[in-house]
Amino acid sequence: MARFIGRRLLYLLPVLLAVSLLTFLIASLLPGDLAYAILGDQATPEKLAALRAKMGLDLPIWQRYLHWLWGVLQGDLGRSFRTGEMVLNAVLDRLPVSIELMIMAEVMGLMIGIPLAILCAVKSGSAIDRFFTGFAFANLSLPSYMVAILLIFLFAVQFNWLPATGWVPFSEDPVGNLRSFVLPALTLAFAEWPALMRVLRSDMIATLQEDYIAMAKAKGLRPARILLVHALKPSSLTLVTITGINIGRLIGGALIVETIFALPGIGRLLVGAIYARDFIILQGVVLFVAAGFVIVNFIVDMLYGVLDPRIRHGRA
Amino acid sequence: MTSQPLLSVEGVSVELPTPRGRLLAVDQVDLSLAPGRTLGIVGESGCGKTMLSRAILQLLPKRAALKGRVMFDGQDMVRLSPEALRRLRGPSLAVVFQDPMTSLNPVLTIGTQLIETLQAHLGMDTAAATRRAAELLAAVGIPAPEQRLRQYPHQLSGGMRQRVAIAIALSCEPKLLIADEPTTALDVTVQAQILDLLAREQQRRHMAMILITHDLGVVAGRADEVAVMYAGRVVERAPTPSLFAGMRMPYTQALLAAIPKLDSPPHTALPAIAGRPPDQTRPLPGCSFAPRCRHADDQCRAAKPPLADSGPAGSQYACWHPLQPAPMPEA
Amino acid sequence: MAVLEIDGDTALASPVAKRRKLGGLFLCAVAWVLLIGLAAVFATILPIASPTDMDMLGKRALPSAEHLLGTDSLGRDILSRLIYGARVSLTVGLLSSVIGVTIGGALGMLAGYFRGRLETLTVGGVDVLLAFPPLVFLLAVLAYLGQTVLNITLVIGVLSIPAFTRVARAVTLSLSEREFVVAARALGATHGRILLRELLPNVSLPLVAFFLLGVAVTIVVEGALSFLGLGVPPPAPSWGSMIAEGRESLDIAPWLAFLPAGTMFITVLAFNIIGDTLRALTDPRPGAL
Repeated sequence: MARFIGRRLLYLLPVLLAVSLLTFLIASLLPGDLAYAILGDQATPEKLAALRAKMGLDLPIWQRYLHWLWGVLQGDLGRSFRTGEMVLNAVLDRLPVSIELMIMAEVMGLMIGIPLAILCAVKSGSAIDRFFTGFAFANLSLPSYMVAILLIFLFAVQFNWLPATGWVPFSEDPVGNLRSFVLPALTLAFAEWPALMRVLRSDMIATLQEDYIAMAKAKGLRPARILLVHALKPSSLTLVTITGINIGRLIGGALIVETIFALPGIGRLLVGAIYARDFIILQGVVLFVAAGFVIVNFIVDMLYGVLDPRIRHGRA
Repeated sequence: MTSQPLLSVEGVSVELPTPRGRLLAVDQVDLSLAPGRTLGIVGESGCGKTMLSRAILQLLPKRAALKGRVMFDGQDMVRLSPEALRRLRGPSLAVVFQDPMTSLNPVLTIGTQLIETLQAHLGMDTAAATRRAAELLAAVGIPAPEQRLRQYPHQLSGGMRQRVAIAIALSCEPKLLIADEPTTALDVTVQAQILDLLAREQQRRHMAMILITHDLGVVAGRADEVAVMYAGRVVERAPTPSLFAGMRMPYTQALLAAIPKLDSPPHTALPAIAGRPPDQTRPLPGCSFAPRCRHADDQCRAAKPPLADSGPAGSQYACWHPLQPAPMPEA
Repeated sequence: MAVLEIDGDTALASPVAKRRKLGGLFLCAVAWVLLIGLAAVFATILPIASPTDMDMLGKRALPSAEHLLGTDSLGRDILSRLIYGARVSLTVGLLSSVIGVTIGGALGMLAGYFRGRLETLTVGGVDVLLAFPPLVFLLAVLAYLGQTVLNITLVIGVLSIPAFTRVARAVTLSLSEREFVVAARALGATHGRILLRELLPNVSLPLVAFFLLGVAVTIVVEGALSFLGLGVPPPAPSWGSMIAEGRESLDIAPWLAFLPAGTMFITVLAFNIIGDTLRALTDPRPGAL
């Protein structure tokens, strides 16, 4: 197991480095340069030159990258030139909201996807199976902003059961906080469950034909144990893979959903930075999110080892 | 042979839908087995012996159609509710599958797979079930059983895995054990050990056993009675000594001839059975073995021979031109 | 245990009935895509109102002979805006997928055929690009580059390269060892000839299926950009921005959001159905048909 982690770690570092380089290069796509963007209308040649010198923009690009990377490694993602806020603080302030949203969404997605996958796998080929498989397929064509509109229309506008906006901190009003998360999380869950269900369903259908399932039946185990322990556990590897792949989409979805439902998370910070053309914040958030994404994927990889004893014992 | 049978299979047929049409996997099979006795079912792969065992266990694929009755301990298994069946499997009826690579769940420890069975039927608490599981492993000849309980199937050799599968099957003291080609997937060197283990445990527990195999040599010294299957039908059935003393069906003889003999000179060609088993989606009007049989004539190709009683008590065969019972030394 | 092989319920499923059912759906999908496509191409000569002319007296009007689908909250003709919005969606969707399929397909084929350092480099590059959550990457690049139709198309195109590279490489890898390729190589065919004559025809079918699925994804992504107000700049109509505008009047005129949402949903679904059907056709696994 230790060797397995070591090997993956060795791969993680160059990817993180490449991510940082790419993030830095994206920022250099800006027509003109940062000093020009900051000064805007008030730009005069003297002011521009002074600011460039102050920010080190007149250095060669590789020196600027190393300088920036050195700062990043010390936790300095820069400072917003509009609000003066430290980027790292801004990100860390909003991180809990995004994490709460994504965890709730993933849990809801799994709560919808897993039972449906089991149901459809057990009844494969039946009308129930065809209905939900078709529904999941159609659902894949339904982007989160449409789901959001639909849910707002139903739950907030028509019936007025749940708030469409109005986030409150958990520490002030726990119930209100959870209520404000229901619709956004449900929106994201709608994007999650079809993919989960489709993959898990076909995996379960294959697993249910294994000899060890016949053996479990021959042992006289209860159907629930056969399905949840003997069939679902081997399939959970696929579930972890697909959850890992989905994280990228989940982050993208969270970005849209946070904006729609006015949740003060990282997605909204990023979109807000784009609206405000606050490029320092933007760059910091992109790096943070991409690095986080890479690390989460790494953790998902590690989970394989925990779930599959064959990998854990080095027989991948 | 006169006691009340533990299992009686009455007119069982199994049909499977396939892309090429309906496949008659098992065709009108009648069998019975008394408590504590061993029945050997012998035939080539694809002859329907596995489907027959699945029909007895009620573990057929969903789309399979079953006709007939499977009477076990006075109840028709076919009509039992799923819950009643579940209670029967384990304490009354257990199975050992062919390949212990695939019949043990790869992501659960040996201990879990043993203990869950004990807990499902005997209501043991975890500590008691764990102790019992270790005893069972020791009983089937697995060294250091406590440590094995924490291991996964892939950490054991094939023979060890099959011992685990046998321990699981025996765990609830079944009245009938179905061993479906229990040694086919194993190394030759451990095959005899596993068969001896099964025979020993059967004696000790006085349980009935159905031993399914493609190898007449396997059933020779171990079964009380042998049923030979071909193309979904039982074509010959006799107490083991009288079968080997004088087989009547040419197919049985061909099967026997296909067993390699230790005393043959080196490089002797094995007399394989010529031709291939028939396509069971296109049943023949006559005897299914006719296309491969040396003795076949027009009658064989026109009509199926019934499974009829023959001379020695309890012997039956299905053949229009049976071989003459020549007095043979026992195998 | 040969009997177990036919145990599979999937193997036993009647493939004919399934295919016929899909056939009807498939044709509907093709018809819808053609309808939308033709409307988008001939938008300027169709007898519809201007998509940008406002009628301040006829805001949120119900359907009438003058405005077949009514008007939006600024009194603009919804049908016309839907058709002009289709232009944006289809242009971005098709062009960026063309970029992805061309570059990604070529890279994947070269990597899968020549292997070696080229493959390592390609796979590495793909991995790094995939290390970014796509929407975050897209928004960031566009924020620096500026949001124009050209930039949106180019960036989505670049972002779709990895997926196409993976498909093309996988198919090429599996084909490279097949008899017809080995035979061509044995006969002394040049690399170029093998790539173009032997491999390309076989790789292109799965790529076309994937291309259509890519168009569906792209339309959704372009919609997301417009929805966030970071897509095609106003007043040019786009489905995403129409949904966002309609959201403001969900309580009084919900159809303002649901009409563009429905149009977009059906279009995306249609591309998915066509792509999925083609993918199933080219899937090498038996029974996938």
